[in-house]
Amino acid sequence: MSASASPASAAPMIAINGISKWYGPVQVLNDCTTQVTKGEVVVVCGPSGSGKSTLIKTVNALEPIQKGSITVDGIGVQAKGTDLPKLRSRVGMVFQHFELFPHLSITDNLMLGQRKVLGRSAEAARSTGLTLLERVGLSAHAHKYPGQLSGGQQQRVAIARALSMNPIVMLFDEPTSALDPEMVGEVLDVMVGLAKEGMTMMVVTHEMGFARKVANRVVFMDRGEIVEDAGKDDFFDKPRSDRAQTFLSKILAH
Amino acid sequence: MFSDFDLNVILGSLPYLFGTGMVFTVTLTALAATGGIILGTLIAMMRLSGIAALAIPAKIYVNFMRSLPLVLVIFWFYFLVPYIGQWMTGASRPISVGAFTSALVTFTLFEAAFFSEIMRAGIQSVSKGQTSAAQALGLNYRQTMATVILPQAFRNMVPLLLTQTIVLFQDTSLVYVISLTDFMGAASKVAQRDGRLVEMYIFAAVVYLIICLTASTLVRRLQRRVAIIR
Repeated sequence: MSASASPASAAPMIAINGISKWYGPVQVLNDCTTQVTKGEVVVVCGPSGSGKSTLIKTVNALEPIQKGSITVDGIGVQAKGTDLPKLRSRVGMVFQHFELFPHLSITDNLMLGQRKVLGRSAEAARSTGLTLLERVGLSAHAHKYPGQLSGGQQQRVAIARALSMNPIVMLFDEPTSALDPEMVGEVLDVMVGLAKEGMTMMVVTHEMGFARKVANRVVFMDRGEIVEDAGKDDFFDKPRSDRAQTFLSKILAH
Repeated sequence: MFSDFDLNVILGSLPYLFGTGMVFTVTLTALAATGGIILGTLIAMMRLSGIAALAIPAKIYVNFMRSLPLVLVIFWFYFLVPYIGQWMTGASRPISVGAFTSALVTFTLFEAAFFSEIMRAGIQSVSKGQTSAAQALGLNYRQTMATVILPQAFRNMVPLLLTQTIVLFQDTSLVYVISLTDFMGAASKVAQRDGRLVEMYIFAAVVYLIICLTASTLVRRLQRRVAIIR
């Protein structure tokens, strides 16, 4: 698998151009620029508080920005006249804390977006939902509620829920950080499967094994800045910045 | 005092007490609670909207209503609404509203202030991540509220909403000030007519006690049933 060769000629699926963001007087993103090409898997990593989660949430405008611009599939996220709900429906997102809807069954969780946003019929939505549930290996749990599943199972349902909208790109915000160690693997397996099928993915994670396996590029952030934006092999084998070297030595030490 | 306790006074007046009095009390409670919860939810959403033009009037309304005695509000509406109606329709005379309509409007508006505080806490009890997840799926504000936030807020607040409804059930007895007859009023009338104050007021107290205790028990049972599995 030659993961390092990005299809560089294609138009970017996500283009982040010089964005900055402040919480009051505190600047959390400083002039960040990067992009994700169609079919590419980009891993965003960095120490905690570096702004990586904030960065990924700006892509579907869950976090507003004060400077710069972002386009998804050529559509300006901040542009006036952009149908934000429609744009978001095409961008799948998986959260650190799963955020399944606890008052709805697994099946209803998978059907909600399809029914309300895409206007699919109940039968079509159910059939798509159950197919995806089978794909993440949880068919037996269709009638249960999120609280009855383990963390790993909930996160797999969350991935299936995002996929139910037929997204053109998937965002993962630390999808394994809230999981017990023994459940990390089952979630990463689903994500590796997605990557191999050619899904465009932007993944905030500390899982360097995952990055080595499927990433095309690695974006390293520190203190709100993108410090390094390199091909996977370059990043791991010869990181240029001191900060990335320090980070890698800490995270790969054990 | 209990040596001449006359049970027959109570038995003889049962059809009137329940057929007229209790039917009124329950009707007013049910309608005002329903209207109050709907209106209260809207007010809570206004307060949490982050839009000053909506949040500030909602806040003023809630604080205003909560600082007034209910009896005063009942009076006030009863005498004022006909004139507001006259002013709004441009009629030559005050619009006759009727005591029941007036009471229903009053209780709905008054209780809405209390229900809105409960629903506000309920909405805030749902984590921010749920809103993010709903938005990320492409749901708009209305859909996010209707399918994700409010159903959870409502479930979390069922005990408080029903407790407030029990308070409302008791408060409806205040309609005597505009000459309406609820259960309490009916008992009072019989007591005065027959000179049987002890019997009728004890009976009324027992009925309120039984109904409210039963309701409280049902609330606890219901709470377990509607609770979200966590």
